[in-house]
Amino acid sequence: MQVYKELAEIIRREQVAEDIYRLTVKAPDIAAASKPGQFVMVRTGEGLDPLLRRPFSVHQVAEGGMVQILFKVIGKGTQALANMEVGRKLDVLGPIGRGFTIADDSQHFLVGGGIGIAPLFFLARRILKKSEAFSIRVLLGARTKDEIAALADDFKGMGLVVDTITEDGSLGKQGLVTDLMADLQQEKPVMIYGCGPYPMLRAVAKTCRENSWGCQVSLETMMACGLAACLGCAVLRADMKGYVHACKDGPVFDADDVAWL
Amino acid sequence: MTASGTFGYGEEFGSLVNLHRLGAIIAKGISLLPRQGNPPPRIAETACGMLNAIGLENVGLERFFSEKLSFLRGIDTPLIVNILGDTIEDYQQLAKRLNDEEKVAAVEVNISCPNVKQGGVAFGTDPDMAHAVTKAVCQHFSRPVIVKLSPNVTDITLVARAVEEAGADGLSLINTVLGMAIDIESCRPKLANTFGGLSGPAIKPIALRMVWQVAGSVSIPIIGIGGITTPEDAIEFLLAGATAIQVGTANFINPQATEEIIQGIGTYLEKNGIASVEDLIGKARRV
Repeated sequence: MQVYKELAEIIRREQVAEDIYRLTVKAPDIAAASKPGQFVMVRTGEGLDPLLRRPFSVHQVAEGGMVQILFKVIGKGTQALANMEVGRKLDVLGPIGRGFTIADDSQHFLVGGGIGIAPLFFLARRILKKSEAFSIRVLLGARTKDEIAALADDFKGMGLVVDTITEDGSLGKQGLVTDLMADLQQEKPVMIYGCGPYPMLRAVAKTCRENSWGCQVSLETMMACGLAACLGCAVLRADMKGYVHACKDGPVFDADDVAWL
Repeated sequence: MTASGTFGYGEEFGSLVNLHRLGAIIAKGISLLPRQGNPPPRIAETACGMLNAIGLENVGLERFFSEKLSFLRGIDTPLIVNILGDTIEDYQQLAKRLNDEEKVAAVEVNISCPNVKQGGVAFGTDPDMAHAVTKAVCQHFSRPVIVKLSPNVTDITLVARAVEEAGADGLSLINTVLGMAIDIESCRPKLANTFGGLSGPAIKPIALRMVWQVAGSVSIPIIGIGGITTPEDAIEFLLAGATAIQVGTANFINPQATEEIIQGIGTYLEKNGIASVEDLIGKARRV
């Protein structure tokens, strides 16, 4: 697998919502090679603390060799990235891992929770390239409106149908994203592409299994290198007899291939 | 050299690093049979360092031969294979099998991993056990035998001397320092294994001190390891008495770290008018 290391200039920094940022960097090799669901490992500064790179799925790629990441500030590393000035250079490794496989002749459901929806934009664009807009539907869940309102609008801007649901009912219905899956109409084979917190993905995988729908999930794990050297990103296999690794075998897995604990 | 467990089997870094430029590649530790490793979470970041409790996950000897070796054979760089076992017989069998493979320039005997419940660290903390393992490997492996020492002992020179006496050709030190971290939200240890090995820049002063101590008590060459991230770090280890160095955790942050360190040592020698890197070895010890 060809991985590139680029010193990528920050072209744009946007605050999408409270604590949620989108960085656009110029990384032509990574942009050209990336597939939806793959990720990049980003150094958050030049110092030794925080020490490790941070993994971010590729949010979108754009003309001119641009790569975007979308992230929520949750610690020192993401805070440092949120404070980065335009014009600075970020040390980025990528693209890494196995991304989503776009199913043929299917109804595509992009199911996201919270900041986990980041890679679904790139995925939606690639599905649109080979399919009609009506065959894609976006189901988004979050705790509250602020987390996803702006991002839901971005999907609508792409001409897609978006259903939202929030735990506090501040946007769309009140409930969990799996509730939106309950009234899903099946005309063609269904492929669910899921990305979000683990409990959400577990529930999505269960719903898919019960309905015999295809299901691919993007899993988040702790990892140090992204290069299959540290073996930190272990994910228990469905047969419970060993581990696969998110950086090499994932981060996107067929939901039937992993154990749901 | 690239430290065991931080550089896979070389191939993983092939698209980012000129592997031919490295002093040696030390393969991820292998055991006779494949090992699954520990449940996740296996790693946690700490100040200027990281904890890991991978649990020696590896493909085992047979798959090392069938899946990993052919790539490594295609690279001029010497290959050193890190070996680990639960019993002395395990180590003997590994040594025997690897002795038949010419590409393996040396073995590095891991008696120091802190993350497995049996074997491993027990060999590394008891001088008599360390002596017995080393002797067994030396009897079955005709090329250099390097023994990797644990810092999790009161006096590392006791184990170092025992291993030298048993016939080791070199020592590498240090392996990770046993530690832990707790998540204050869940009020649980951050690692599923509770304890893990601390590595990275945070442990460099400990490693340097131990290299200094061991260099004063054995006469076989020492390979310094522990938090080496920059050429300056590497030079410190040479000055303390190491003959060579390994780069570990830094490979995770910067896959090109080892190459850059090799280049940086060259620049330092040139700038200071020092003819050979050998002139640096133990220089800080001489009065």
